[in-house]
Amino acid sequence: MTEAPRRTALDATHRALGATMTDFAGWDMPLRYGSERDEHVAVRTRAGLFDLSHMGEITVTGSGAADLLDFALVGNIGGVAVGRARYTMICDAEGGILDDLIVYRLGETEYMVVANASNAQVVLDALTERADGFAAEVRDDRDAYALLAVQGPESPGILKGLTDADLDGLKYYAGLPGTVAGVPALIARTGYTGEDGFELFVRPSDAVALWEALTAAGKDAGLVPCGLSCRDTLRLEAGMPLYGHELTTGTTPFDAGLGRVVKFEKTTNDGDFVGRAALEAARDRAETQPPRKLVGLIAEGRRVPRAGYPVVGPDGAVIGEVTSGAPSPTLGKPVAMAYVDAAHAAPGTAGVAVDIRGTHEPYEVVALPFYKRQK
Amino acid sequence: MNNPQQLRYSKEHEWLSAAEEGVSAIGITEHAANALGDVVFVQLPAVGDTVTAGETCGELESTKSVSDLYSPVDGEVTEINEDVVSDPSLVNTAPFEGGWLFKVKVSGEPDDLLTADEYTAFTG
Repeated sequence: MTEAPRRTALDATHRALGATMTDFAGWDMPLRYGSERDEHVAVRTRAGLFDLSHMGEITVTGSGAADLLDFALVGNIGGVAVGRARYTMICDAEGGILDDLIVYRLGETEYMVVANASNAQVVLDALTERADGFAAEVRDDRDAYALLAVQGPESPGILKGLTDADLDGLKYYAGLPGTVAGVPALIARTGYTGEDGFELFVRPSDAVALWEALTAAGKDAGLVPCGLSCRDTLRLEAGMPLYGHELTTGTTPFDAGLGRVVKFEKTTNDGDFVGRAALEAARDRAETQPPRKLVGLIAEGRRVPRAGYPVVGPDGAVIGEVTSGAPSPTLGKPVAMAYVDAAHAAPGTAGVAVDIRGTHEPYEVVALPFYKRQK
Repeated sequence: MNNPQQLRYSKEHEWLSAAEEGVSAIGITEHAANALGDVVFVQLPAVGDTVTAGETCGELESTKSVSDLYSPVDGEVTEINEDVVSDPSLVNTAPFEGGWLFKVKVSGEPDDLLTADEYTAFTG
């Protein structure tokens, strides 16, 4: 089944800017406007402006909203304070990851769940099904929001000129309703780049005005429009997983080295949640029989590893698989994330290589992330 | 996009310069460079290698993908562009000039090479 890709409220803006567009999870999205490396560097050193309107917003309301989310997700969502956000996951009964999510607590009885575009329908269906018996309403708000992100060290300064909101008081992983450039927005200090930055959830009808105001306000600071290509290399350098690459239904959070997001003790109920038994087993397994570990690989040469390429040991035997790879603009070398057998996963392990189309290229095993910003 | 008139083009998006003493330079077109995005690595044939029209003779890596490099003609490689090996971004910034890839002593060429106007229409 092929449907025409969906277009965001900023589609005409992207085309006027000369963006190269790409089909991403059924959406026609900007891949890059000019050089993706320049866009990457702009976010690391100045600021970048992204259209992320393909992300899937789902609102959960009602007196049982916290109970539902504690049951449906692996995190302790009832323990999230109003105005704060949490990175979490939704798993199936076998502990497999259906999606990774950010959940914002907008009020005592109101949450917004933000899912990946590719999984938004799966998450919506799962939440709706799991809501049975809870005093909570699950609402599809995908069409209610456009999402713009301003990321990079200059982003607080750029935003300050456009809003009266208390940005200094807005911590990382917090969100508050406010007004930006005269437009009502949920202002969140979140992102997927490894830099300081903000995500602004607004009405689609306000998206163009906000984009233009941010572009004008950021001009002197060096803000540039940024596409999904640099978003991918930014998150890769920051060691952040991407669904479909590091995270799949065949992977539990413990397999992905993200067991910390699973909370067996929850605030609002007795700790029962979908996937609990399987995840307890996965936790125990990870301790006694370490699975393949997610590691960083840095190239000694210049050939770029791609998702699916085999990782090989000193004797040439396959010891893992690349899940994401790209040339890193910050390091100036190709880097990859890969699942590697525990015996070869320690940083500095000798003799590890990636099979790049038949040639074994030497790679250094490192701990993630590749890049951590100076605070 | 402005495809120089003095060059000829393959449907695999390589260009071929007019021969000087039987030797032509080969590169990829601006259209191809734009489609690839930032080129970060080029693997070229070695001087002395024999290349065959329409067959792969190297590869170009960009941020998002890797692409095979095809020779548009038959011949023997006489020179490679060391500048582009050390700075692959030349493929993006000057695909028809400083971003040339290698030179070939041409021994044969296919009959389907395109003129600039034909290539422009082909990629239109």
